Amino acid sequence: MISEQLVDLSRLQFAATALYHFLFVPLTIGMVWLLVIMESVYVMTGNVVWKDMTRFWGKLFGINFALGVTTGITLEFQFGTNWAYYSHYVGDIFGAPLAIEGLMAFFLESTMIGLFFFGWDRLSKPQHLLVTVLMAVGTNLSALWILIANGWMQNPVGAEFSYLTMRMEMVDFWAVLFNPDAQAKFVHTVSAGYTTGAMFVMSISSWYLLKGRDIEFAKRSFRVAAAFGLASVLSVIVLGDESGYTVGEAQQTKLAAMEAMWETKPAPAGLTLLADINEAEQKNNWEVEVPWVMGLIGTRSVTREIPGIHDIKAKNRERIANGVVAVTALEALRANREDAAAKEVFEQHMDDLGFGLLLKKYVVDVRQATPEMIEKAVNDTVPRVTPMFWGFRIMVGLGFAMLALFGLAFYSTLRSNFMQKPWLLRSALWMLPAPWIACELGWFVAEYGRQPWTIYGVLPTHLSVSTLSVNSLYGSLAGFIGFYTVLLVVEMFLMVKFARMGPGSLGTGRYRSDSSPGLTPAHA
Amino acid sequence: MFEYETLKIIWWLLVGVLLVGFAIMDGHDMGVGTLLPFVGRSDLERRVVINTVGPHWDGNQVWFITGGGAIFAAWPLVYATAFSGFYWAMLLVLWALFFRPVGFDYRSKIHNSTWRSVWDWGLFIGGAVPPLIFGVAFGNLLQGVPFQFDAYLVSTYTGSFWQLLNPFALLVGVVSSAMITLQGGSYLAHRTEGVIQTRAVKGAIGAAVVMMLAFVAAGVWLQSIDGYRISSVVNPSALPDPLSKTVVREAGAWMVNYGRQPLMWTLPALGLLGAAVAALLLAMRKTLTAFVASSLAVVGVIGTAGASMFPFVMPSSTMPSASLTVWDSVSSHMTLGIMFWATMLFMPLIVIYTSWAYSVMRGKVTKAYVQEHDHAAY
Repeated sequence: MISEQLVDLSRLQFAATALYHFLFVPLTIGMVWLLVIMESVYVMTGNVVWKDMTRFWGKLFGINFALGVTTGITLEFQFGTNWAYYSHYVGDIFGAPLAIEGLMAFFLESTMIGLFFFGWDRLSKPQHLLVTVLMAVGTNLSALWILIANGWMQNPVGAEFSYLTMRMEMVDFWAVLFNPDAQAKFVHTVSAGYTTGAMFVMSISSWYLLKGRDIEFAKRSFRVAAAFGLASVLSVIVLGDESGYTVGEAQQTKLAAMEAMWETKPAPAGLTLLADINEAEQKNNWEVEVPWVMGLIGTRSVTREIPGIHDIKAKNRERIANGVVAVTALEALRANREDAAAKEVFEQHMDDLGFGLLLKKYVVDVRQATPEMIEKAVNDTVPRVTPMFWGFRIMVGLGFAMLALFGLAFYSTLRSNFMQKPWLLRSALWMLPAPWIACELGWFVAEYGRQPWTIYGVLPTHLSVSTLSVNSLYGSLAGFIGFYTVLLVVEMFLMVKFARMGPGSLGTGRYRSDSSPGLTPAHA
Repeated sequence: MFEYETLKIIWWLLVGVLLVGFAIMDGHDMGVGTLLPFVGRSDLERRVVINTVGPHWDGNQVWFITGGGAIFAAWPLVYATAFSGFYWAMLLVLWALFFRPVGFDYRSKIHNSTWRSVWDWGLFIGGAVPPLIFGVAFGNLLQGVPFQFDAYLVSTYTGSFWQLLNPFALLVGVVSSAMITLQGGSYLAHRTEGVIQTRAVKGAIGAAVVMMLAFVAAGVWLQSIDGYRISSVVNPSALPDPLSKTVVREAGAWMVNYGRQPLMWTLPALGLLGAAVAALLLAMRKTLTAFVASSLAVVGVIGTAGASMFPFVMPSSTMPSASLTVWDSVSSHMTLGIMFWATMLFMPLIVIYTSWAYSVMRGKVTKAYVQEHDHAAY
């Protein structure tokens, strides 16, 4: 049997490396469009300050991008190194979008980024702008394919299990491609990235303005970021709602946990704003509720019910019982592929195969499962409510705070008085970490909320791991933590250094130059 | 559109193409990284070396990422079994690769000799370690890897990391390292001039000699290593099920294909001849044709390893019937078909825009160029 420690360490390593990777990705996705906007203005007006903006923000973009690339490879490797059974079981579907991402998007992005930095005096203005646009398109297509893969984990459409090959196989590529969950995730995630990019540029520009330096440069950067940020954060919030809608169809469990909805409420259900969650007794001690809203968001109707956790578990108890039959028949078929009786039984119950496999966490032969084991497996089918409930609320709260900030900032840019509002500039500076916190929580809610599955309803997390020793996992986890800590320190050091230097670091002689002690930045 | 059997063979070829593409493109960057501390003696010289690959290393690295993705999509069982079995070897590759993006981008951003020297050695590690480990991995594939499957097709690797570092595998690692160094040296010779070029040529010729010697030695050694042969009837169009066949281990099994297809001898010949011709051309400073010859040597060497083992991809030494072959470790018919068309559509585009990027940045990278572009160059 697979040890729980191995599973926990594998999950911890994946979570740590994915969350770390996701510190860099949203900024890349968002900033690349700001570069496109700035360079477009330069090409149209010929005003060199817009070129300097493209190059300076591009420099910070490059420092960030380097770590995005570094940490991205880890994630691709890790499916094979640490999640070998997952890779075998669903590689037929999951591998394709990853490979197409490389072919269609990442090649484009990575080839163009070289020309973006090195091509300034070898390309004509429109050619260089084209390079920047292609880099942005590549970056965003990359996100699309990754989220198609991820969307399939949440809502595994277009695939069927085959007992002959002992894995899921693709039956409808278009269903995988146009998975509603993937589409909603894509729009929500890239919009969050755009917001992150806008916040980054707006915060740092505000700092220059507060310091009264590089005014012409910072003013323009602030304006662009405020407008782009407002559009982006509106898109995140509106299309976050769209994510909620598809969650309601494909993953009611995640929704119920996110909303701490223990009981099925009469339609249309209310939205719980705050609650005191009692995980042990599976209820809320008290809650503050807004009537109707949840039902409208979750089902887009006033009559359809959203099932609560208790009802979901009751249904899952039946599915696990069916699953035991499916697993038993499957094992007979694996021993004898010609066993017609087993085949018939299997085909009747195979939709619940994944639920039967949940018991493998507790017992090798699922027929020997005791009622306690079955009860444990039933409880496993819903993730812990408290982290889901609060993770989601903090993310949404930050989203609305950013909406307020970008709204005020944009309004002030229209009235051209943002430079006279130090409180606004200071708020923009202090809000710098907000999009990162929100993005990481968004990842957490989406992925932790899918537990106990790697592929929802199909493959339990517990079975997905590679059969490695626990010591190997301790070793690799320590290595990742060590490497990533050093890399983060180096990255932050450079980022802060160059942000402090500002456009003077371009060495054009048009901006305030910095003479900082210690390690002297080269104008590179 | 294609029969399943045809697609299985096409994907064996395509994985080969991707590996060769990786070794030629990312390989020359890695070779440059390997040579960096030795051909660049001053900071300025090292910046020249780094800037020959500066605009391209990132795009080239995607050959590696796409190769990994394609193996995931086309050979999921190989991806799962090899990556988890070679756990520590893969982590070493990964951690070595960490030094590249940050090394390239961060090195010249700070004027401090310790800082720069640390990143130079980082770029060396990022260039030298992965080809060595890939070679060692191939050396182990040729001998068979200790892994098995249960009825659920859960793979378990029963060897240790140290076991991978056996003498034959290390010899193949030398072939691979030398080949990549030759590739990097040829490229560097083409893009530099003066003393840096002279050192690059020397390094590349040395690497070519080592590669040829090690390649011949590995070939001779291979005669006394047990290969693998499928002893049951093969149905190439059957659904992939690695446990449904029987496999025997026997001496000389890796030579059987050469007996059947004498044309296959052109592959090892190409490996040797390509390296020899590259060395000669480098001595004559015909750098571009030398790079082409060196790339052909890459085709020959990787082709030799792949073709000798065909149809095996990853034989199992402890449970031979679990060996992974092109027939039974593949994706479904549908996925192979989709991935084939995706590759046919995008690969030509990749070649076109990569060529454009190289042509935009063509010409020698000189000390004057680096000084003039102090603000933009690496």
